This record gives sequence, structure tokens and C-alpha cells, in this order.
Amino acid sequence: MTPDATRTVTRSLTPAVGSALEVRGITKAFPGVVANDAVSIAFHRGEVHCVLGENGAGKSTLLHILAGMQRPDSGSILVGGERVSLDSPHAAIALGIGAVYQHPWSIPALTVLENMMLGEGKGLRLDPKSAAEALARFGSMLGVEFDPGAEIGRLALGRRQQMEIAKALWSGSTVLMLDEPTAMLTPQGAEELARVLVRLARRGLAIVFVTHKLHEALEVGDRITVLRRGRVTGAWGPDEIAAAGRETMRRRIVEAMFGGGVAPEVQIGRSAHPGLRGRRADAHDRPALELDRLCVEPRRGEVGVRDVTLTVWPGEIVGVAGVDGNGQRELAEAVAGQRSVSSGEIRVGGICVTGDDVSGRMRRGLRYVTDDRIGEGTVPSLSVALNLILKRIGEKPYWRHGRADEKLIEENARELVERFDIRTPGVGARCGTLSGGNLQKVVLARELSSGPAVVVYSKPTHGLDARTTMTVRDRITALAEEGAASLLISSDLDEILDLSHRIAVIFGGRLTGIVDNVPGAEREVGDLMVGGSAR
Amino acid sequence: MKGIVRVGGPILLALLAGGVLLVALGRDPFSFYADILSRGLLDPSGVQDTLVRMAPLLLMASGLIIAFRANIWNIGGDGQFLLAAAAVAGLGPWLIGVLPNVLAFLILGLIGATVGAAWTLVPAYLKANFGVNEIVTSLMFTFVGVNLGNLLIKGPFRSTKTLVPHTDVIPFRELLPKIPGTRIHVGLLLALLAILIVHYTMTRTSFGLRLRILGSSPRAAAHIGLHTARLTMISFALSGAFMGLAAAVEILGVWGYMRADWNPGFGLPLFALVFLARLDAVGVIPLVGFYGVISMGGHYAARRADLPDDFMLVIVGMILLFMALAEYFASRGDERPSLAGGLRAALRRGSGRG
Repeated sequence: MTPDATRTVTRSLTPAVGSALEVRGITKAFPGVVANDAVSIAFHRGEVHCVLGENGAGKSTLLHILAGMQRPDSGSILVGGERVSLDSPHAAIALGIGAVYQHPWSIPALTVLENMMLGEGKGLRLDPKSAAEALARFGSMLGVEFDPGAEIGRLALGRRQQMEIAKALWSGSTVLMLDEPTAMLTPQGAEELARVLVRLARRGLAIVFVTHKLHEALEVGDRITVLRRGRVTGAWGPDEIAAAGRETMRRRIVEAMFGGGVAPEVQIGRSAHPGLRGRRADAHDRPALELDRLCVEPRRGEVGVRDVTLTVWPGEIVGVAGVDGNGQRELAEAVAGQRSVSSGEIRVGGICVTGDDVSGRMRRGLRYVTDDRIGEGTVPSLSVALNLILKRIGEKPYWRHGRADEKLIEENARELVERFDIRTPGVGARCGTLSGGNLQKVVLARELSSGPAVVVYSKPTHGLDARTTMTVRDRITALAEEGAASLLISSDLDEILDLSHRIAVIFGGRLTGIVDNVPGAEREVGDLMVGGSAR
Repeated sequence: MKGIVRVGGPILLALLAGGVLLVALGRDPFSFYADILSRGLLDPSGVQDTLVRMAPLLLMASGLIIAFRANIWNIGGDGQFLLAAAAVAGLGPWLIGVLPNVLAFLILGLIGATVGAAWTLVPAYLKANFGVNEIVTSLMFTFVGVNLGNLLIKGPFRSTKTLVPHTDVIPFRELLPKIPGTRIHVGLLLALLAILIVHYTMTRTSFGLRLRILGSSPRAAAHIGLHTARLTMISFALSGAFMGLAAAVEILGVWGYMRADWNPGFGLPLFALVFLARLDAVGVIPLVGFYGVISMGGHYAARRADLPDDFMLVIVGMILLFMALAEYFASRGDERPSLAGGLRAALRRGSGRG
């Protein structure tokens, strides 16, 4: 064998510029939906590779396949140029593919070090020494200093995520995949994460960054791939991205994400300040929703609601701004009737509903769009049709003498699917097969279709893609124009500034101020959000 | 097709493994299974025994389905059954003596159902209000219920006419009427009716839908305003009522009395059947029929092969085992109810509320 031949062989086995991980023609179908349709992507060492797409585009499925949690129907996976089979998470980890998910897996009651050691070590003995070493080593690699003894539940989510990254690195990952890693982070946390990822890529790792946020991809992506309805609709390497420039790239990505037709506004434009526009006032108006010195006892880890007094008029949208975890969920659930109040009063249309249960308040026209669409907003094992009527079980005309009129229920579902543009294989399909955006449409269709007088929205566009976000916001505005009173609870300040007439700020379970949404309001709201006082 | 494999596969594998066991014990598996089949199904008298056995099994299956659909693990069926049986056997001879038969049967059925339901109240209350895991409480209540039943039979209900402790005996001609020309009592018809009603309730009515929502997503149930505590109490009590009704039917249709320490152990094998049928009430009928054949025929076959009566329990145990394995391999990502998945979720449920 000549020296030349040897070199050729070596190169073909471990190509110098080849891919660390590659998928070829991956197809994965679920009942009614092709989640991945002949997807081919190569991930390279030394690059942050962003995989972009709307909700339901097939990003998560691809990630689950690469993490060994699902098997593709067809196609092949190559690691370092060799075909592999990833039939379990262990197999993926053994091949150096690590994953960090949107929701942290680490156990809050354990310390950073203990979480590091979870599932590690041969046999029964723990090895705190090597875990501590790893923590220090990978911490410095990430540019982060961990306190090994800190209880992880007390740390910020960003730090928790960094610990999970460190753990993935410790298990020998050369490919690190992150699923919507910024979804739970503060803006500062997201920036820090971006720095960490770039740092890791420069050290030779292949980073797979799955996101639906365009600006993140533009900021950190050395390479960008766009998925749409399970297919790769756009892929650009470092040279192309550099050559095209930011604006051109943005346009190309939008086209790939949303199709060649009319691309929606990705930057949702700030309309005129709704507070200036004002609502259509009427001298005979009576308040639609009144909260009078409302208090809710906190459960463990909550702040509760303290002494909240607020009035929402018909046709008015009142935003409730605040950093997550300042009593928003408690407030929403207390108004909806899911949680008992310890003192104070809730009135809908002037009538006290404090003693009514959820269905009693429903009958008064109160609706609650929960932010937890999978956990409580829908029942995954039931059909879309039943989910669309979930809050009216047993009511006429859909049930007569306790017996379901299936035809009527299906008719209602078909109409709502059409009206709210819910993408589902059929009204009989299990709700669990729908993507996040479509689940939200199911929840909205159910809550908004039956004559609402007062609607409580909890983070109505959280985790949705740009297009669905727009339709949801349009619906909120349209419904208010028809005269519904809206309480818009959101951690997205832009959303609140875009839609609300007035903005209440919640901090530590109290309303720290209520301001009209006029130019310059954001500064005042920002002060109030971190605990400052209104002038 | 997939359903046939899913149901038939574990049964076939269990019969195969049972065959291997029989060979190891020096018995002829072919003649053993032939005995089961000929006695339990093909013999005109044997098949009647099978059908009679199906009556309490179908009623208990109805009770299990109601509870499982609401994700309530009523493990205490045997306790509810035996305590109700003791009450019916203790009061039956007297009531049948003083009242017209039809009225006495109605009252005794009601007594059985009430006792069965009452025996669920404490586990149900603890689960509904404090989130105490009902697997533990209903199992504990079985021990108490079985022994309380025995205490009643050895004490107030004991017949004065015998040395072996048992209740007074209802004369054979005073038992539940038979379907003309057979030895099959009308309890079987009642059981079939019950299972059809449960099927209809679960698939067509708002009550059934509420139970299913409570079972598959307690948080969604709270979100849409279901009274989860009340629903838990109701479905647990209904489940117990069916267990008690099964006891009444078995005592009034077959035995006419109850002796101390009698325990047919109907409850646990039914778990396997109910989950093989995916909690589908109509689907459980043929499976209960199959179980009736192997339990009645197996009784005969085991005696002929000089094996203990409990040998059939080995086969049932293996059906459970193979079923769990088949579930694991065949239905990853399948959200329909399965024994393995359901039990895993139920055990994982902490002591927290919901």
C-alpha cells in the first residue's frame, strides 16, 4: 500500500471537513401527519447550526430521532461518516450525541453536584470527586462558575440549563443539540447562552440549535436550515450567510419558513398606541369585570395574590405585565374559578361570582384561555371535536338527557376548525397529535366561540410561531372591538404594549400600578415590573 | 388484526409456557388442554357451568372498567365482594323466608351493592380529598373486609345447625330462577345487561365522558370545572357497588350460603382481562368467556391430571406477564389504556393532590 493510498483511506473515514452527524432522507410519519419528509442535513464540528421552523414543522421530531427517542420510518443517520442506528437514548449518548431540552430534567431538591452525579458511575457508588472536577472543567469551558453545593431549584433557569449542558459534555458529547433553549430564559440568559454556544463551537463541538425565533438564528447561526411542514425548505452555509448579509438572509428565511406566497410580517409592527385610540366608551357602560381587594393564598413556591383591585370595561383590553412568577397564574386561576380566593370579591357584569365554580362563571360569560394548553387546556387522548366542546359537557343541545349528539358535536367542530383554521387530519383525530400552535387554536376556538363577555388570557402567544401569534393577536383585538372585556396576562411586554388600552403591573402578587398605554408607557411599566413605584 | 395479535399473542404464549410446565411436571399438555376445552366449552353441562361462572365475573369487570376509566385503581374488589357476600348470605335465608322471593332478591341485591359501595368510601374519600394513593388503601381495606366478613359468618350469621362455620342455607328451589331448560340462573342476564349499560355510559353519555377526562387528565378536569372529588367518590362507589352485586348474584344464584374463609379470588385475574380489552366493556365479554372456560374446565383438567386446583392461576399469571411484555414491545407511544402503562402512572403518582 502506498502512503498516498493510506491517506486517502484515512480521509474517507474521518473527513477533515466532513460532518460530525448527518441525516439522509429521514422520514417519520405519525397518524395523519408526516413530521419529517425525506430530511437530509449535515451538522459540522465547529459550527452552531440553527434548525429553524414554525411549530409543527418537524423540528422536535428530528431532534427526538437524533436523541434516540424515536425511530425514523426510513432514511439513515451517519456519525463521523459511518451509518449508525440510534435505537435508544443510550445509543445516542454513546455515540457522542447529547441533548438539552426546553424543560430542565434536573431535580430541583438536589444540589448542582448531586444532579451532575445522577445516573453516573459504575455500580452503586457515587463519585463526587470526579463529578466536581467535571463541573469545574466544563464550567470553565462554558465560561461559567458553578457552586456545586447550591440547590438547583433555587438557581435561575439559565444556570440550570448550563449545568445540563455541562453534564452532556461530561458524558462525552461531540454533538450538542438544544431544543428551543431560550424559551424559558430571560433576555440576558438567552444572550449568555448564545455566548456559551459560540464558545463551545469554537472548541470543536457541533452545536444543533433548534428554534422558531428568526433573530436567534441570524445572531448565532453559522449554518441555518429551515424546516417547513416536515421538509427542508432552505439551507445556507457560512459562506452564503456571510455573502448575503443580514437583511437578505432574513428575507430568504422568511420565504423558506412561510412559503413563497405572501410572507407575513415577521416583525410584528407596533400599531398606534391603543391607549390613545381608546375604546368606544358608552355613558351607560357598566364594568364588565371587577376585582375588589382580591387575595389568594400562595401554595408552595408561589407568591399568591394580595389585595388586587382592578376594573375592566366592556371593549377594553387591560394588560397585566410582570416578570413570570409574580402571581400571574394565581390571579388568572382565581378569576377563572379554578382556585379559591381567601378574601375579596370578583364581579362579572356587576354580579358577584366569588362563590361560583368554573361552570357558574362560564354561564356569566367568563372565559379563560390558559397558557398550559397541553397540561390542562386540552385532553390529548380525546378527539379534537370533544376538546372543542370540553367545557360544555352535558349541556344542550349537544347532550340531551345525558346522551351525546355526536352529529351535532362534529358539526360544531367542523365549523370551528374552518373558522379558526385549525390544521388537523380530521375532527375525530386525537388532540394529542396536534402541534402546539394548533392546540392553542383549539383552546381559543373553544373559549371565544360561545359569546364571551369577559376573557382572561394567560400568555396567549407563548411558544407560538410568528404567523399564529399574529392571528391570535388579531382575534384578541377583534373580540375586544365586538365589546368583550379582556384581561391580558403576559410576560411578553411587546404583546401587552401592542394590544392593551391600559396596563396593570403585577409584582410580588400586588398591582404596583395601572397606567394608560400612551407613548412612553413602556418605561414606566418597566420600572414597575421590577418593583419600582408609580409616579 | 393487530388487536387479535395483541390479545391472542399473550394468551397463546401463556398456554405454550403452561404446556412446557406440564411436560416438566410429567403430564401430557395436549390431553390437559383437551380436557379444559371439552369440559369448559364442548360438554353441554360444562358449558353451562362456564356461563354461570361468567355472571359474577362480568359484573366485577363492569366495576373495574368504571373505576379504571376514571384512573382509579380499585384493587380492593375482592374485599368488597366478600364483605357483600357475607351480608347477603347472612341476611338472605331470613329475608327469603319472610318476603316474596322477587322482593327479597331485589333487597338483597341492593344490600350487596350498598355494602360493596360502602367499603370504597374511606379509600375514595382519602383519595378525593388528600390524594392518598388508592392502590394502598383499597388493598388494605381488602384485608379488613375479608376478615370482617369471616367474623360475621363465625359470629352473628353463623348457622346453629352445623359444626363447620357457615351461614344458614337458602333452599335450592328458593335460589335465583333459572333460564328455562338450563341450570343457568338469571344473574347472567343481569350481568350482560350491566356490561352493556356500562359500555353505553362510557361511550355515549356526559357522565362517562367526565369520568374519562378525570381519568386521562385530572388537571384538565379541574380546568373545565368538573367536581373531581365528587366524581372520584361516585365512580369508586359505583365500582364497589358492582363488586357487591356480583357477590349477591353468586350467593343467590349458585351457593345459597357462605362458609367462613371462602374466597374465590375472582378480582385479580380480571385485571388482566379488563386491560386486554383496553377497558372496552363489550370487548371484555369474550375474554371473560375464555377465562370462564379455562377456570371451569381447568378445575376438571387439573383434577384429572392430579394437579392442584391453583395450577390454572399459574396460567393466568403467565397471561399477565406476557401481556405486559407484549404491551411494552408493541405499543410504545400508544396512548390507549394498558395495564403496564396505567399501573406505572398510578404508582408514579405521588401523594400530592391530582
